[in-house]
Amino acid sequence: MTGDMQMNAMTDQGGYVTEDGRKIGGVMMEMKNITLRFGGVVAIKDISFDIREGEIRAIIGPNGAGKSSMLNVISGFYNPQEGEVWFHGKRRAPMKPYQVAQQGIARTFQNIALFEGMTVLDNVMTGRLTQMKAGMAAQALWWGKAEREEVENREFVEKIIDFLEIQNIRKTPVARLPYGLKKRVELARALAAEPKLLLLDEPMAGMNVEEKEDMSRFILDVNDEFGTTIALIEHDMGVVMDLSDRVVVMDYGKKIGDGPPDEVRNNQDVIDAYLGVAHD
Amino acid sequence: MEPVSKDAGGLTSVPALLDRNAQRFGTKPAYREKEFGIWQSWTWAETREEIRSLALGLLNLGAGPGDFIAIIGSNRPHLYWSMVASQMVGAIPVPVYQDSAAEEMAYVLDHCGARFVIAEDQEQVDKVIDVQEGLTNFEHMIYLDPRGMRKYDHSRLHDFAHIQEQGHAARDELSPELDRRIAGIGYDDTCVMLYTSGTTGKPKGVVLSNRNIIETSKNSSEFDHLGPGEEVLAYLPMAWVGDFIFSIGQAYWSGFCVNCPESAETMMTDLREIGPTYYFAPPRVFEGQLTTVMIRMEDAGKLKRWLFKTFMEHARKVGPMILDGKPVSAGDRLKYKIGDLCIYGPLKNTLGLSRVRVGYTAGEAIGPEIFDFYRSLGINLKQLYGQTEASVFITQQPDGEVRSDTVGVPSPGVEVKIAESGEVFYRGPGVFVEYYKNADSTASTKDAEGWVATGDAGFFEPDTGHLRIIDRAKDVGKMADGRLFAPKYVENKLKFFPNILEAVVFGNGRETCTAFINIDLNAVGNWAERNNIAYSSYQELAGHPQVLDTIQSHVEEVNRSVAEDEMLSGCQIHRFLVLHKELDADDGEMTRTRKVRRKIIEEKYHDLITALYDGSDRIATRTEVTYEDGRKGYISATLDIRDAKVMPAMTARVAAE
Repeated sequence: MTGDMQMNAMTDQGGYVTEDGRKIGGVMMEMKNITLRFGGVVAIKDISFDIREGEIRAIIGPNGAGKSSMLNVISGFYNPQEGEVWFHGKRRAPMKPYQVAQQGIARTFQNIALFEGMTVLDNVMTGRLTQMKAGMAAQALWWGKAEREEVENREFVEKIIDFLEIQNIRKTPVARLPYGLKKRVELARALAAEPKLLLLDEPMAGMNVEEKEDMSRFILDVNDEFGTTIALIEHDMGVVMDLSDRVVVMDYGKKIGDGPPDEVRNNQDVIDAYLGVAHD
Repeated sequence: MEPVSKDAGGLTSVPALLDRNAQRFGTKPAYREKEFGIWQSWTWAETREEIRSLALGLLNLGAGPGDFIAIIGSNRPHLYWSMVASQMVGAIPVPVYQDSAAEEMAYVLDHCGARFVIAEDQEQVDKVIDVQEGLTNFEHMIYLDPRGMRKYDHSRLHDFAHIQEQGHAARDELSPELDRRIAGIGYDDTCVMLYTSGTTGKPKGVVLSNRNIIETSKNSSEFDHLGPGEEVLAYLPMAWVGDFIFSIGQAYWSGFCVNCPESAETMMTDLREIGPTYYFAPPRVFEGQLTTVMIRMEDAGKLKRWLFKTFMEHARKVGPMILDGKPVSAGDRLKYKIGDLCIYGPLKNTLGLSRVRVGYTAGEAIGPEIFDFYRSLGINLKQLYGQTEASVFITQQPDGEVRSDTVGVPSPGVEVKIAESGEVFYRGPGVFVEYYKNADSTASTKDAEGWVATGDAGFFEPDTGHLRIIDRAKDVGKMADGRLFAPKYVENKLKFFPNILEAVVFGNGRETCTAFINIDLNAVGNWAERNNIAYSSYQELAGHPQVLDTIQSHVEEVNRSVAEDEMLSGCQIHRFLVLHKELDADDGEMTRTRKVRRKIIEEKYHDLITALYDGSDRIATRTEVTYEDGRKGYISATLDIRDAKVMPAMTARVAAE
């Protein structure tokens, strides 16, 4: 079957080694000729690219280029009208959000989506829900398996709290936190799900320089410590060029560039569409 | 519990005290650290094993007598163990301020010729790697937190846990050598070397012997009846002598437990959870806590505010007297008991000070109102006067003889004398051995008979025998007309206002005094919020006319109080300005312990000082600032200069009469 052959070809593709010595593995996710339409509007037009194991992959482009739509296709929230999404060598069928989470994909949102009235700790604990197996009665009584699970999961969550240095706000309700910290809490919740693939929708939006530096360090550390593959959308060019291994550039729903940051930076189409023309 | 001093004779090193504690208090906690949201603890027996494993690992790396081992990081059990392990192998631990910039760190590492560095995390490791080229003796670095370190070249870099594992694996071969080295540590061998932050010039390495540390720990533990039941929270910099005495010297001598907070930001929560019985904090921590309480009380309901006000008034009246054991009427006692039940007790609990039996503050003058607030709650807060060169203690206040304007009587075993010039001298068992590789400074500070110059001017109160410190001896000067100029005295009075964070007074050799003022962003920001005053930056708030009015009223109040003191009435402030940036250690304007560096400020802001004296109303200026990552930038501002009302000097009136 052609499917099998393609699968072999994909897994056989060797990875590469980055400048700083990280080993990037084979293809984890492949988007093939994706087209996404909302009524008459074509949001994404015939785009193909792949994401490799252990990679930090950025999607950039001007406003309205279709970046967030692309991320929603990757996360399985949107189903493209045309094209195929291949994940771990299998073609992916349309899925419910919880099935996406079970597949090991977690995300953060452009507009923070946390439970504002709950504490940081409780918010991050919700990220562990997919790992909890005890029944409702046991959880309500906090008995037996439920208690064991809670303790195990709390330990895991505490490690993430330590990792992201948010110990001092552990018991603070999210509504009382400043924006930059809320972003970090969202990242913590996504990490709590132990994702294989982490999707970040504008992780630096609205942050000051110091917060951006902190967030960049956390993204690099997550990738390094947990080996998490990361796909991110970001407007700050400096951040994108520093962080990512490969960059996809979109404009008006089309892909106009794909490659390592330096290559993309010098691509004339990209300069025209985005980097050069936007501000002068 | 009883002090353990009696049977500790003959123990002449910290490792020897560790062995005794592991035997006597084997199952009692020696260290706790909050990690992953839970207090993890180590008993004295476990602590001994941990430290020995590390020491064996250091032997394995080739550490030996005469080596210096720099220790850089925040208060963590592992880093305290590193100090003791260094001593075990015969090396000298040198704790370094963890917030030092790379160049400052390079100076210290180069000056002591550190062969090994034990660093807490990537941040510290990076700083050392940045400067390692220039360090001739540097060989190996050990890090505690492996996060982010995977990709580093590990030929000279080691994981703390691996060093311990290697040490443990080699215990059969190396233990006899380790025991031999521990037995070989003499009473006059170096225990630790601490760098003074230095208000002027480069830091100096103060060499303290085992005798210095152990005698001081013994005397001071007996003075305050410290026993193995004490709990302390270790949160002040490890490179500061006080932390070494409290968290190692006294802790090992008395066998009490050292608790390490989860992170610097969680310190207040951790304080509440631990409830220390023995507590030290510099005045600014007490000030900060009081400000928080007052701000939160203003947000409370009417009834609560009334209760707080009523009972705090009563506490101020009788609280300190009850604490000092003075006679107080039965009615007042009863009212105080009720207050304790409703207000003082819960408040102390919120502050984490419920169990404090002995509390100290030092380093700076503490505002009388702040000091009295804590004492009126029934917290036994006292003052001490000390220096790195004295292994902390020079004078301290005995229970029952506590006042906010003195620093107490000479500590046990310490002699104090006042020289002709007014400078305070001391000698005792805690007096340092020398400044490392700096014989000139040693000779100019310590004379042949062991008397050490403190550099502070002060006098003994004739009726109580308590020492009062006026100012740094070198800062005390004369004004143009010969009157006494004591800037610190006036600055402290200014800083007692919650709105004022820092003040620098000028006037040496001049006709009049003037001042720079830094507002306290917490207090003033809260006031602005309350009064619907919008501001977007520190600079904007600092230049707000209403803020300037408030500061002016504070300055004038200080002038009134200064005028009452005949000797110092010349120090009234005629003109002042509010600075557009906070004075910062990163810019070299303050020391790491937040003491103002006058020389540097005078040079850096000479344009502002000129404007203060030439009568202009405003001045435009541009100032260099250093960001946390070491980059530099500039901020520009136009500052208003205000005139303050000055009281007629008392001397003039006295002369007229």
